[in-house]
Amino acid sequence: MGAVFALITVVAFVLVVYLGVGVAGLHFLFGVIIPYVAFFTFLIGMIYRVIEWARSPVPFRIVTTCGQQKSLSWVKRNPLESPYNNFEVALRMFLEVVFFRSLFRNLKAEIKGRNLIYGSYKWLWLFAILFHYSFFIILLRHFRFFAYPVPKVIDGLNQLDAFLHIGLPHFYITDALILAGLTFLFVRRLADPKLRYISLASDYLPLFMIYGLVISGILMRHFFKVDVVGVKELTMSLVHFSPKVPQGIGTIFFIHLFFISALMAYFPFSKLVHMLGVFLSPTRNLANNSRAKRHINPWNQPAKFKTYCEWQEIFYEQLVESGQPIDEDCPQVKERKKAEGAE
Amino acid sequence: MYDTGKILAFIGAFVVFVSTPFWSNFGKAAFEPHPKLPTQYKECVESKEFMRADHMKLLRLWRYDVVRKEQRIYVNSKGETYPISLQNECMRCHTSKKEFCDQCHNYVAAHPYCWNCHISPEERKGWASKESLKKVSTEEASSELPASHH
Repeated sequence: MGAVFALITVVAFVLVVYLGVGVAGLHFLFGVIIPYVAFFTFLIGMIYRVIEWARSPVPFRIVTTCGQQKSLSWVKRNPLESPYNNFEVALRMFLEVVFFRSLFRNLKAEIKGRNLIYGSYKWLWLFAILFHYSFFIILLRHFRFFAYPVPKVIDGLNQLDAFLHIGLPHFYITDALILAGLTFLFVRRLADPKLRYISLASDYLPLFMIYGLVISGILMRHFFKVDVVGVKELTMSLVHFSPKVPQGIGTIFFIHLFFISALMAYFPFSKLVHMLGVFLSPTRNLANNSRAKRHINPWNQPAKFKTYCEWQEIFYEQLVESGQPIDEDCPQVKERKKAEGAE
Repeated sequence: MYDTGKILAFIGAFVVFVSTPFWSNFGKAAFEPHPKLPTQYKECVESKEFMRADHMKLLRLWRYDVVRKEQRIYVNSKGETYPISLQNECMRCHTSKKEFCDQCHNYVAAHPYCWNCHISPEERKGWASKESLKKVSTEEASSELPASHH
């Protein structure tokens, strides 16, 4: 089963770091080399994926629509559901990326008695929003380890996220929200038999890796404390390209770092690439203007065909002989008439 | 490649966003915090490693012990006893908030709220000076106090 495979992988990650750093003391490998390799794999891999997508021809407009397209002026149209120009496409894309609009339409089918019933089902949308926004805020928050002095915006975000002042160091609200989001996304796959059937290891692995990332981060902040000044000295040395690993940072930090490295390296090769893929979906980033503009397939060969007039000209005698009507408007027929008249 | 211009702009925006930690630090000298350690004392209440990572948890425990349990004696891992007090015990050796606490707290953008209620050695010195006594009733002076004093 996919979930078990993914779980074993993630446990193996923890063991590898525990043995590598905790026992063998390979601090430089896990603190410097693996993060660098992972980051550049992420960067180059994502660019490669985008270029590959851009190289695929999309000759026709294959927009997914669910509203009236632009038609005659008296037909009421729906600009968001069937965008006609790039501005409307951008508007629809913005709502999709920022508010997950298509998930908001999510329905659930259930058999009640002898009837199949479709009902509104917003939970997926809600927890997906919670998860993605928490993850994004957590990403921005971490910028405090990559800048000195820390920008006011990032510092403010940190304090806002911790404003409940629970515990010391303060507990972050997004830590709880991302765990709630992850748990829903995971339980959803297990609870529904249909979804469980179509879920693969590549669906569970990203979830478990992010679980590992979040849990190791929470443990590090609140339970197995590490020397956070040493951590920042390491991260700052990484971004200055003069890497050095200070002594005495706990193994839990290297587990956290390994999870984010593994996630970065895995990104371009997995479903996680939807981060950029959403912008390059031809079903979402094209305007539905097939009726107004002609889109020609770029690799079309020039077609060999005869017009009706040319065909009629070849069989003219036979057609006249058998009493078929002749299209008098054809230029060839007019030529004939002219020639006959001249005679 | 189709739509080359748009795609290159898109990739450019992505690279700029993702590599922010690198380019935003380019050419800046690496800063290292140097908390000033007391010269006449060699040992803190616990080991240096423990204090580096766990001091905030210890201080929180101390606050709990004093406020909830009225217990004002701390027994450390070696069995030695210390009176529990931030102002009178911690700051007895670490005589400056600016040169000790703030060094690392500013570096990692930590904002402990100890000094909303407690009085730092610098603040105490400021109160005793003539300049501070002159402007004590002005608005300027009150605006320098921590948020909880307003």
